[in-house]
Amino acid sequence: MSDLGHVLVLAGGLSYEREVSLRSGRRVSEVLRAAGIDVETRDTDASLVPAVLADPPEAVFVTLHGGSGEDGAIRSVLELLSVPYVGAAPDACRIAYDKPTAKTVVRSVGVRTPEAVVLPKETFHDLGASAVLARIIDRLGLPLFVKPSRGGSALGASIVRKADELPAAMVGCFAYGDTALVERYIEGVEVAVSVVDLGEGPVALPPVEIVANEGVYDYSARYTAGHTEFFAPARLRPEVADACAQMAITAHTALGLRDLSRTDLIVDAEGLPHFLEVNVAPGMTETSLLPMAVEAAGEDLSVICASLLRAAVRRASAE
Amino acid sequence: MTQERDHGRSTAAHGSRIDAYIDRYAARAAGMVASEVRALFAVASRPEVVSLAGGMPYVTALPLDSVGELVADLVARRGTVALQYGSGQGDPALREQICEVMRLEGIEANADDVVVTVGSQQALDLVTRIFIDPGDVVLAEGPSYVGALGTFAAYEASVVHVAMDDHGLVPEALAETIASVARQGRRIKFLYTIPSFQNPAGVTLSAARRRQVMEICRRADVLVVEDNPYGLLGFEGDPMRALRADDPDGVVYLGSFSKTLAPGFRVGWALAPHAVRDKLVLAMESAVLSHSSFAQLAVGQYLATQPWREQIKSFRELYRERRDTMLAALEALMPPGCVWTRPAGGFFVWMTLPEGLDSKAILPRAVAERVAFVPGTGFYADGSGARNMRLSYCYPEPDRIREGVRRLAGVVQQELLTRDTFGTGSAPAHTGVDTPGPDLA
Repeated sequence: MSDLGHVLVLAGGLSYEREVSLRSGRRVSEVLRAAGIDVETRDTDASLVPAVLADPPEAVFVTLHGGSGEDGAIRSVLELLSVPYVGAAPDACRIAYDKPTAKTVVRSVGVRTPEAVVLPKETFHDLGASAVLARIIDRLGLPLFVKPSRGGSALGASIVRKADELPAAMVGCFAYGDTALVERYIEGVEVAVSVVDLGEGPVALPPVEIVANEGVYDYSARYTAGHTEFFAPARLRPEVADACAQMAITAHTALGLRDLSRTDLIVDAEGLPHFLEVNVAPGMTETSLLPMAVEAAGEDLSVICASLLRAAVRRASAE
Repeated sequence: MTQERDHGRSTAAHGSRIDAYIDRYAARAAGMVASEVRALFAVASRPEVVSLAGGMPYVTALPLDSVGELVADLVARRGTVALQYGSGQGDPALREQICEVMRLEGIEANADDVVVTVGSQQALDLVTRIFIDPGDVVLAEGPSYVGALGTFAAYEASVVHVAMDDHGLVPEALAETIASVARQGRRIKFLYTIPSFQNPAGVTLSAARRRQVMEICRRADVLVVEDNPYGLLGFEGDPMRALRADDPDGVVYLGSFSKTLAPGFRVGWALAPHAVRDKLVLAMESAVLSHSSFAQLAVGQYLATQPWREQIKSFRELYRERRDTMLAALEALMPPGCVWTRPAGGFFVWMTLPEGLDSKAILPRAVAERVAFVPGTGFYADGSGARNMRLSYCYPEPDRIREGVRRLAGVVQQELLTRDTFGTGSAPAHTGVDTPGPDLA
C-alpha cells in the first residue's frame, strides 16, 4: 500500500485539448494505480468543488491542458480549497502560459528565442491586414511560424513559407485565439526537454528529438502513433544536449515554475538551441514527450508521478 | 566545419515511432489519424456546449419502462433462444415484421429476401463488400452520408458525386454523370442514395424525380442502393413511396430501427433481389456469423407488443417541433448571405455560408462559444463542402436549439469580419477525420 492517501487526477475540461487531457489523465491514473495509490479521476465541472469539499484528496495531479488547466485558474481554485497539487502556482502559470510573456521573461535572463511580433485580431481589423502583414514579413522575413499566443498541441499553428500563405495562417490562428504570435521560423531539429523537481532542485531529463513524418509536428502528427519518429535521448552532441538541458532549467527557474515543466525548443544549423515555449501541464499520453524522457532517463513514470504528489503534500505541510 | 552545420547532431540512431506495427498497415489505414476536428467534438460532448453536430435520436422519448419489461420478459420466457447463436439471415419472425414496416412505404416484399444486419451501416458494408473492387465507381449524392463514404473508402471505391438541389438528386446531372463516367471507360457498380430527408442535406427526392431517377438507372443498367433510415419520420402527410416499391429487381433497400425505435439495438436490414440476398447472407456469416439474437428478438417483441406506429408518430411530432424551432431561429438570427435547406422530415439542416467562409476554420471559434456543428467537407469524398455545415435538431431540446443557433450566428458574424479583414476565411488545411463519432449528440 502507498503512504499517499486518496489522490485526485483532474482531466478533461473545456479547452480545445480536452481529448488529449482525458488521455493524459487516464495514463497518469493508470501509473499511479500501478503504484498502489488510491486514485480518482474527475472532470472540471460544477460537481468538482462540492466533491473536493466533501472528501478532500491528499493531493491533486492536474493533467488539464490548455485553458484553465494551464492559465492558473484551476490552480487558484485548488489554493482556495487548500488542496495540495502538483505543478506551478497560479501566478507562474499565467506568465508561462502566455507565450509572448514567457518569451520576454526568458529573454531577460539571456535565453535565445526567435524574434517575434505579437498582435491581436483587432489590430488587423482596425488598421487593415495587408499593410500590417507586409510589415511583418519585411521585419521578420520568411519563413514564419504563426500560432495563438496561448494554447497548445499546435492547434491553430502553421508554418508560412510564402507571403501569400500568411493571411490563411492568420485566419487559422485566430480560430483558436484572439492574439497571434508570429515568429521567425528557425529551421532545425525540434527538441523537447522535460524538467522535474522532486524536492532537490530542477533536473532536466534527456532531451527528446521529434521528427514528424510530413515535416510538420501538427495535431495529427502529435497524437497518431507512428506518425512521428522520436529519439530519446535526442541525437545531439553532448555539449548541445547540455545547452538544451540548461536552457530548459533556466526557463523553468526564470518563470518561477515548480515540480514539472516541458520546454520546447529548436536547435538551429549551428547547433544553437532557441526557446519556443514552455508547458506547465505537459502531455502525459502514450505519444507524449515527458513520459518518453522519463523512460530515456531509466526512470519509472509511476515513481516520478508519485514522488511529485509527495513533494506537493510536503510543500503544503511546510506552508 | 561540417560539425558546425549539422544541427548539433551526434549519432544516427534509430528512433521510436511508438507504434511497432507502423510499417505493416494496409494502405487504406493511412487516413486513420488523429484530427483537430475530432478533438473539438470531444469538447462538444460536455453539457455546456449546444451540440448541433451529432445525429443521436432522442431515445428519452421512448417508453423505457415498457421496453425494460419486454426485455426482462424476453429473457425469462425465451432466454435459451435469445442468448443462443441465430441464423446468418436473421430471425424469421422479425423478417416478417420488417416486411410489415416496409409496407408503410409501399414495399411488398417477401421475408426470404430480407437480411437482418447490425444497423443499416452493416448492410451498407456488406453490399459494398460484394459489389466493389478497388477503383470501381459508386455514384452518391453530393453531399452524402459520411458513414457511407467511410465504407466506400474502406473498400477503395471511387466515389463520384451527383448534384442535388432542394428536390433531391438532379436527374439531368445523374444522366450526365453516368455518361461521363462511361466515357472515361470506368464501371459504375451502383448509385447510393438517401431519397427521403437526406443526411446531411435534409432534402427529399420528389415523386416525379423518383420516377425519372429510376428510369435513368434502368436504362443505364445501374443498380440503386436506397438507404432509407428516416423515411417514416416525415413531418407532412404520408411517407413517400420508396424507390424499391416500384422496382424490386433494380434496388437494394437498406432499412433501420435506429431512428424509429433505438440505435442501441443495432438492428437494420437489407432487402435485395434473391441472388444478391444469397451473397449478402454469406457475407454476413463471414463478417459476424449472425446478428445478436437478443437484439433481434427484443425488437420483434417490441413490434409485437407495443404501439410502435404511435411511437413513430410521437417521434415525428417531437422532431417537427425541433425542426420548426431551428428554422425559425436561423431565419431570425443568421447574417445575410447564409442559406439553408428546409427539411420535411429527418434530423438535419444543411447550411451554406457566405462566399469566402470555411466552416472547418469556424468550428474552433464556435466550440469556444459553446456550440458545435459538423463541417461540410466530411460529407464529400472530393474535398468539396468547405462553405457548408450540417446542423442537427434531433437531440437538443427546443430552447437549446434556439440558444445554439444564437451562438452560431454570433460566430458567423465575427467570421465575416475576419474574412473581410484578411481577404480570406480559409485556414491552412489539415488531415484527419472531420466528423463526430456515433455517440455524440
